[in-house]
Amino acid sequence: MLIKQLSIFLENKSGRLSEALSTLGDENINIKALTIADTAEFGIVRMIVSDPQRGFSKLREKGFSANLVDVISIATPSECGSFANALKILSDENISIEYIYAFSVADKAAIVLRTEDTGKALEAIQRNNLELLGGNEMSVL
Amino acid sequence: MIWNRTSECMTRRDMIALQGTRLSELVERVYFNVPYYREKMQQAGLGPESINNIDDLQKLPFTTKDDLRDNYPFGLFALPTSEIIRLHASSGTTGKPTVVGYTRKDLATWSEVVARTLTCAGVERNDFIQIAYGYGLFTGGLGLHYGGEKIGAVVIPVSGGNTGRQIQIMQDFNTSVLACTPSYALYLAEYIEEMKIDRRSVKLRTGVFGAEPWTENIRREIESKLDIKAIDIYGLSEIIGPGVASECMFQKGLHVNEDHFIPEIIDPVTLEPLSEAEEGELVFTTITKEGLPLIRYRTRDLTSLDYQPCECGRTLVRMKKCTGRSDDMMIIRGVNIFPSTIESILLDIGETRPHYLIIIDRVNNMDVLQVLVEVDQQFFLDRIGQLESLRQKIRSSLESTLGISVDVKLVEHKTIERSEGKSKRVIDKRRLD
Repeated sequence: MLIKQLSIFLENKSGRLSEALSTLGDENINIKALTIADTAEFGIVRMIVSDPQRGFSKLREKGFSANLVDVISIATPSECGSFANALKILSDENISIEYIYAFSVADKAAIVLRTEDTGKALEAIQRNNLELLGGNEMSVL
Repeated sequence: MIWNRTSECMTRRDMIALQGTRLSELVERVYFNVPYYREKMQQAGLGPESINNIDDLQKLPFTTKDDLRDNYPFGLFALPTSEIIRLHASSGTTGKPTVVGYTRKDLATWSEVVARTLTCAGVERNDFIQIAYGYGLFTGGLGLHYGGEKIGAVVIPVSGGNTGRQIQIMQDFNTSVLACTPSYALYLAEYIEEMKIDRRSVKLRTGVFGAEPWTENIRREIESKLDIKAIDIYGLSEIIGPGVASECMFQKGLHVNEDHFIPEIIDPVTLEPLSEAEEGELVFTTITKEGLPLIRYRTRDLTSLDYQPCECGRTLVRMKKCTGRSDDMMIIRGVNIFPSTIESILLDIGETRPHYLIIIDRVNNMDVLQVLVEVDQQFFLDRIGQLESLRQKIRSSLESTLGISVDVKLVEHKTIERSEGKSKRVIDKRRLD
């Protein structure tokens, strides 16, 4: 029901992101989605990858401050308004989002998000017949 | 001008005789009144009768800041607190502060030595002294205050901070002498420049600066920018506060008030006494203090002594401007800070690794303290808010303990160099050549 997101704490220093991504590339771990949240001094890289567990171990071995985080992923058709619809369902239920990003492949799209109360969010998503993605489905995408 | 010609210009032979008499009286007092010293002396096989002259000083055990802390707050006082009329505490921040107590006579001694210090710096009864040292537990403000009153000068007790107001007062009251830390003096000078304040509206002619190490370069900068004579003064609360030693108008070393505080220079590693001209750690024995007399107190300041009489006429021994310390204490904006204090605060917070780096720099003539802290992988989730609040938490804990502002920066795991044994925890970029 939840998928594993790989998160890395990085200082804002040139070359650090490239080093982290090379570590995954060398291990044949494919990056499906990536987003960066940054402040003046540091950033957090969030990724959906083909093998999060192994990616996590390799990054830690290389000394990166990495962690695995459970996030929710919703599948929607890749069409106008579908992202907005999904968000409206959450906001109608007063579920606040900590962060969110989305990507689409051909006619399918996936929304990845983290909320303050994961249980409440999952319940609302299911009650409103939104499609949840599991880890395996994400790799297929 | 010399404030106390009898004491400041006596022959070496008379000084040695006076110090010897006062030392043996001191040893008797602490032996019978301070259990800590009695035990230490007994362990060394010494009794009060063992110390008769200045040569016997070397037989006595040392006292350290840790001894003061272990006996916090009043354990080393030689008189009951009914005889104490004032307390001060050092700005030292390793766990507990060090508390010093003064009897009425101690306060009189303090005023006397600060009166000598000010006179040594060329300050007279017609001067207006603006005291921009902090007033309070710190000895800087009140120490200069009573000395200034003793010489009959006009004392302006502004205390620290509020630069605009400091300058306003200087202009309105015709301040002629400024007493503060050298870094604050430079800051004031820059402020006057930046604000395009007419230099002629400020009538300063002398500055008495101390409480932190400063270089000849900084002295030249202060002297040219403020058009004053900048005099280095030395003191530490454990010994009495300001008034322990001061430069005269010749600025060739600081005259130590050795009829009250006997200086010695030791090797900080072997603890063996060094010859007078060699550089080593400065040690003081307070031979006239009643409330908190200290025997062979290790200041950790590095300097050397010069017994040649000075051109000014004083015969008091001169110590060289302090060049450094034999421990890792940092003096930042006049506040004493040990790396171990910062370390224990970080460990208390729990969400950080015990890996940190302290960077001290001087930006626009103000010391700035930055602490780099490694984020613990176990605690790193992935929220920006969480990291920001961790940073705030570290910052406010450090600031509330240290009393100065701190810039905290979170860094990645393993960015701070690991080394075998003692790792490098402090980078001091201030130019103290």
